[in-house]
This record gives sequence, C-alpha cells and structure tokens, in this order.
Amino acid sequence: MVILLSLKNCFQLHYGLKIPAAGFRCSANSGLIIQSVSSDIYQNLAVEDWVHDNMTLEDRHVLFMWRNSPTVVIGRHQNPWQECNLKIMREKNIKLARRRSGGGTVYHDLGNINLTFFTSKKKYERMENLKLVVRALKALRPQFDVRATERYDLLLNGNFKISGTAAKLGRTVAYHHCTLLCNADRFLLSSVLKSPYKGIKSNATPSMPALVKNLFEEDPSLTCEIVMDAIAAEYARCHKIDHCITLINPGDETVFPGINMKTKELQTWDWIYGKTPKFSIRTCFNMVYKQSLLEVKVDIQVKHGRIEACNIDLPEQWLPPAMCSELEKNLTGSKLCPSETAALASTLLRVCPQNYELHSKWSLLCETVMTLM
Amino acid sequence: MATVRALRSCSRTAGRLICVHHIRSCTSVRFIKSKYMSIFDKSAFKFSHQHRLFRTSTISNGQIVQFKLSDIGEGITEVTVKEWYVKEGDSVSQFDSICEVQSDKASVTITSRYDGIIRKLHYNLDEIAYVGKPLVDIETDVLKAVSSEEDVVETPAVSHEEQTHQEIKGHKTLATPAVRRLAMENNIKLSEVVGTGKDNRILKEDILNYLAKQTGAILPPSPKPEIIPPLPKPETVPPAPKDRGTKIAIPISKPIVFAGKDKTEAVTGFHKAMVKTMTAALQIPHFGYCDEIDLTQLVQLREELKPVAQARGVKVSFMPFFIKSSSLSTYLGTCMYGHYMLPDVLSFCPLLFPLGDKSIKRALSAASLGLLHYPILNASVDENCQSITYKASHNIGVAMDTEQGLIVPNVKNVQVCSVFDIASELNRLQTLGSSGQLGTNDLTGGTFTLSNIGTIGGTYAKPVILPPEVAIGALGKIQVLPRFNGKGEVFKAQIMNVSWSADHRIIDGATMARFSNLWKSYLENPASMLVDLK
Repeated sequence: MVILLSLKNCFQLHYGLKIPAAGFRCSANSGLIIQSVSSDIYQNLAVEDWVHDNMTLEDRHVLFMWRNSPTVVIGRHQNPWQECNLKIMREKNIKLARRRSGGGTVYHDLGNINLTFFTSKKKYERMENLKLVVRALKALRPQFDVRATERYDLLLNGNFKISGTAAKLGRTVAYHHCTLLCNADRFLLSSVLKSPYKGIKSNATPSMPALVKNLFEEDPSLTCEIVMDAIAAEYARCHKIDHCITLINPGDETVFPGINMKTKELQTWDWIYGKTPKFSIRTCFNMVYKQSLLEVKVDIQVKHGRIEACNIDLPEQWLPPAMCSELEKNLTGSKLCPSETAALASTLLRVCPQNYELHSKWSLLCETVMTLM
Repeated sequence: MATVRALRSCSRTAGRLICVHHIRSCTSVRFIKSKYMSIFDKSAFKFSHQHRLFRTSTISNGQIVQFKLSDIGEGITEVTVKEWYVKEGDSVSQFDSICEVQSDKASVTITSRYDGIIRKLHYNLDEIAYVGKPLVDIETDVLKAVSSEEDVVETPAVSHEEQTHQEIKGHKTLATPAVRRLAMENNIKLSEVVGTGKDNRILKEDILNYLAKQTGAILPPSPKPEIIPPLPKPETVPPAPKDRGTKIAIPISKPIVFAGKDKTEAVTGFHKAMVKTMTAALQIPHFGYCDEIDLTQLVQLREELKPVAQARGVKVSFMPFFIKSSSLSTYLGTCMYGHYMLPDVLSFCPLLFPLGDKSIKRALSAASLGLLHYPILNASVDENCQSITYKASHNIGVAMDTEQGLIVPNVKNVQVCSVFDIASELNRLQTLGSSGQLGTNDLTGGTFTLSNIGTIGGTYAKPVILPPEVAIGALGKIQVLPRFNGKGEVFKAQIMNVSWSADHRIIDGATMARFSNLWKSYLENPASMLVDLK
C-alpha cells in the first residue's frame, strides 16, 4: 500500500527509489517514460491494464515502450479464426493474445516497437501522439517521408504502413497505443495474418490488410534502440521533462501490486478465444476415403469460443447415424480447439464398436472437422 | 460526527421524479432545492459537485433514471455496442462496467454512475449508439436502504461524482459510499478517521485500522464488493499504540462472513467424453497386482547412455525401456507355456513422461518385450466379452498431462522398435502434446497403457483400464531405499513400484504375476533384454 501511495501521490520520488533506474530524475510532475524489460506479451499488456486501473493521470502523462517475442495480437472485439492462421502459429510457437483496446490484428516480434501513451480521459488525443512520433522520426532521419493518416496509421513513402493504432478509454484514464515496424519479419507477418478458415460469418471487427515495410529497409543503420530513444527524447521535449527512461519489470509484484493476476487473466483461454463475438462456420468440403470423394457439410455456431450448436452432414450411411450424432452431441459445448476435439474424438472411439474401418472413417471425419479450428 | 439527517420527501407526483438535494453540515441542514428530473444533464453534474443527492422513493418502487452515453472525446458522436456486461434485471453498483463500445479502433468501457437495477438496455449488440442519448435505464436502488424508515440511517446515496463530499467541521471528508457504509455499520465518525487515499480520502483500510486500534484486534476485511481500485492485501495491523497502555484488549468477535458462491458449469468436450469412457471402464472387473522393481542397474545404464543419446539428439528417459520390456514379455510367455493361455493384453500406454525422463522409455521397452510373452495382455474383448482379439501391434500408450487433461497418445508398433526409436517417438509426441497439436492418429489405436504417475508423485496406484484395452500399469516414483543384497549387506537401491490393473474376465492373477516378473527381470537386469530383443 505504501508503494501504491507513492506511485499515486509522489510517483517520481518513491518510484525512483524502488527501481534501479537509469538515473531517474524526472523533476516535473507532468510526465514519465517507462520501458519494459520483458518480451512477454501478456506481462506487457498487463502493465497497460495496471496503469489504466491504478494510476491517476489528472496532470500527468506516461509513455510506455515495449517489445515482444513473436506474437499475434488481436483487438478486443475480433475473431482470431478470421484474422490469423492459428495452425501456423501453433507450429511455429507464435503466441496469440487479445488486447483490451479495439482495432485490428497485428504481428509483433522484437523488431517491432510498441508505444503506449497514457493520459487522463480528457487529454486523450491520438493525432497529437502520432505527430510526436513523426517528429521524432524526422529528427532522426530528416529524409524519411513519414506521415499520419486520418485512420491514425503511419505511412512510409506514402503507401507503406509502418504503424497501426488502437485505443482504450476507461472511466478516468485513456491510452492510445501504436506499433512501429523497425525490423520485423515481414514474410512471417504476412503468412501468419492470413486466415485459412473458410465459411466464417461474423460481426467481429475486421482488420484492414495493408502493405507494410520496415524502417530498417529504408535505413539499415536504424535499430529499435535508436528509434525508442528518439521517441523518448521527443516525448521528454514535449512534456518538458528529463529525458530519462525508467526500466520496469512487469513481473514485479512489489512495484505493481496485483499485476500477476492481470497477466494470468490475459493468458486464459476464456479471454483469448472466449471473448470472440458470436459467429458461425458454414462450409462444405471434400474428404477422400479409399479413392472415393465424399462431400461433408458442416454448420457450426460458436459462442464464447465454444461450439453452441453443430451439424455435420455426411453421405448417407457412410458412418452409422448414431455415431455421427454422438460426435455432434459431444462437440456441443466443447471449445473450438483442435486438440480438444482430437482428445474428445479419440476418447469417444474407445466405447465404439472395435472395427478398423469404422475407426479410420471416424478419425478421418474428426481430422477434417479439426481443420476448421 | 456531523449529525446526519436525512430528509425525505415522499412527494411523488404522477409521472414525475423528484430529487431532493442536500448539503450536510454540522450546523444545519440546508435544503437546496428540489429539482424536476428525469434525465441528468451536464449542468446538474457541476451543480451537484457540492451536494449529496438523495433519491426519494416509496418502499416498493425505485426511480427509473436514464443513463446517457457520455462524451467519448475527439468529437465522436456514435459508437458500436460490442458487448453487454449486464442484462435487464441485474443489479449494478456505481463504477461497475455496463458495456463495451467501440469507435474507430478505440474500445471504451462504460461504467455505471448509479447503484440500481438495470431495467432496459436501449441497444442490441452491434447496434450504433449515440453520444448524449440514453444507453440504459437504471432503477435506482432502494433495496440497500432496508431501514429506510429511520431518519438517522445514512442512505447509500447516488452521486454524479466519484465520491461524495461531506462538510464536517469545515473540511470535506472524502469517502466512497461503500466506505461510508462500513463506517456507519461500525458506528465510526468519519471525521475521526485519518484518510490515506488521494486527497486524504478515507479508504476501507483506514476504517479497519481505526477499528483495530480501538479494539486491539485484527478484524476480518469486509466481504462486500469494493468500489475503490484494487489494493494489495491490508498489512497486519500494528500492535496497539503506546497510549493504550493499561487498557485490556477486548477482541470483537465478528461472525466470519464468507461471501464465496458455488459455481456450477456444464461438463463439456473432452471431459464429457471421459465420463462416458470411464463409466464403461468401470464395468470391467479390475484386479490389481503390485510389485517393487530395483532399477539400480537401469539407472546406471541410462547414465552411460546419456552421451550417446545426446549425440543422436534424442532424450532418453526410463520409459522406452519400460515400454520395450512390456512388449518383449508378452511374446515369450506364449512360447514358454506352449499352449495359448488367455491372451493377456498389456496396454502399455506410456504415462506422463517429463522431458528427459529415461525411465519411461525403458518402461515402454520392457513392456513390449513382456507383451511378446503374454499376448493376452495386448488383446481386446468385444462388448459382451464373447470374443478376444489378440492385437498384433503393440501400440503402447503413454499418459500425458496437457491443457485438456490426461490424454494418452501411443507409440505404434513397439514390437519392432528399438529403445531409441521409442525415445524419439516419445519426444515427438511430447512436443506435439505441449503445443496442442496431437492428432487423432496418435491418440487412437492403443493396445496397452503405461502411466508414469511417479513423475508427479506417489508409490502405489490403482489405475483404471482404458477400454478397449484389458490391462494398464502405473509406475510410482523412483526412491532411493535401503535394501539387502545377496551377501546380506545393506545397499542403496533405486526402487520403483508398479501397480498393474487387468481385466479379470480374461486375465488371471497368475498370468499377470508372471508377466510382471518377466518385466521386472528385464528392468532389473537390462542385459537380459538384449537376449530377447528382435
């Protein structure tokens, strides 16, 4: 509680004592620059939550800089099945996170800088923040053609997107965060942000695909560190504070009481997948079984990431109807998740008649259904 | 403490809601004015900054207030409603989240300004909502003021602002309604409490500290929901201050109130399927057989094999040996006894194996060798137990702990695999399992199961057979225990316990015992495996 007090009332003084910062001497009351030492998306998102919930920002602004290991981050009201290729992500161990702000889907890796501008709700002003970033980049490389658009994107050379924006407004605090592509893996980005799932009908916020480019490609001498420093310098200049960046550890419960709970919440299946707005999958595909082509129609209603209702139409008598309805019945209420479906299907097979043909048909059907997930 | 007088006027003209504003002071109660009110607007907010708002009402009905969507900033006039956190009939407190709206990449959480019950949602999901227009109708709460008849009771007031102000002895005391309630329940004068929150606001902890000082006891925190932002757990209250001196601490025995609620949810997905399978499993008459295995030699062998394994890029645990031994054991039994005994099917399913646990791999290996001798353990019976199928392949399953729960992928055809083959296959399955990529092919077709529950803990277990298999083995943890050797000397032995369960309809104790002995001999003397390896 003491720490929280200090954070709220005399942020700078006590804060400076707690963190072994790089010469933290911010004198004025009006600004603070913090940078995360963690590259875990969930921990960093939790910092945003924590600041949003715990800090009073009446007369104070905070800039938070962070980078993550390979992750896809979807907006608050988006549908991951619609936005990204979950299969490739599982194979390549790329995490999926849902942030609390709105907007579209982005790919993060260590070559991408995230900037979060915290202000009070009254002082929420996205364009100003973006102009700050543009000024910083121009100060660094005057020859860069970087400008902000009406959609709050930053474009390089007029047509390449280097930054996307999202925002979250609470009762008294608001934050605007944006990405900045310095040296990210563009090819992985484009393959991972393309959804292979067909037949999805959803009201979730869609993403607008755009051509992207890295700043590094314009000038290979730029690194993330240089860019972050330039932005911090411009922020400091704007808010008339010392240009000093405080390093923070998002796992430190003594500095951020309650943050580990926030981190955990962001990692739960119920948050990442369960918060997907209601949607349906209606598609038909062909299965190949013993040199014959079979048409399967699938109609799945998904709510809170779980299968609310499911209907599988198979060629008549290919599989005993009882087994098909057993599959439908068990899928209802189950998570829309391939490993869950595989576990479910193989467990059900244990109490079915032991017949090789039946088993191989069942496995084929289940594997096919799993490709939707 | 300022005398709190709640003036109520029960005048409620037809269709009109009347609000009575008050200012509290220690000297007088000033009656500001009644205001005709059906919708709050901004001017009212500023005005009431200094005032407390009372809702007048009859006992049965509250007053419906239309909560308008307030300004979002940046000149935004319309938003899309994305998620409702409440539904009609829910009760809400001030600052509870009502809904989530989105406008042009900005997600906004709308919180309630009032305590009350939601009576109407003006928009459905994905509809456009307009700033300045009503969002929800809230029936303001009179239920909380149960003792509304008494004048001295302080009604939980509804305020436009974050906290209500109280003019006491000339200075304002800031406290949220919840804190005021707590103070009131304990007959505490807010003016006597030192506030430690922002602007000297009185927090819940301050009330508790104050109480503790009075009574010298640590009180349990109030279970009621708090409006204040989450704070760390209250520190232990310091012992009574010096001035208390000779006073005797009388602990107040407050009834411990537990506000937790039961949570019921449906059994779905994988668990639902397991319910069916386990119900069928317990139809099988199980019998158990347990034994102790001395793994000293195997432990040593594994150490010696470590560099070889590393060179091949394979992590070798004990499990491949357990598995292979099982497989070998099944075969030899047939030959040994000439006639075909009821096939014992050992479903060896490698159970939970942590990374690098060689014991599992050894277990798998030994199991397969065992199955060669006693094929009945690798069989399957039909539903009515009228026919037995001896499975040619030893697909030994290993129980694995994943996000879904305990699933059992199997290593196919152990009878033709070497220990390293088994080890690398286990590695593959484990990688897939931890990233949620196991497919139906890996999860079906098992004929025997091994469960290495010992990696988590335990010695003896009573495993349940996974249909359509007929046997299962559970391996306990490896413990270092004193044992006697041939010369009668005590030595350090690496002891592991195994617990077998088998289908007593087709497997008898003797068969299981012999299988287990053979399996044990393979593991206690790993060199013997070489003799029978195919």
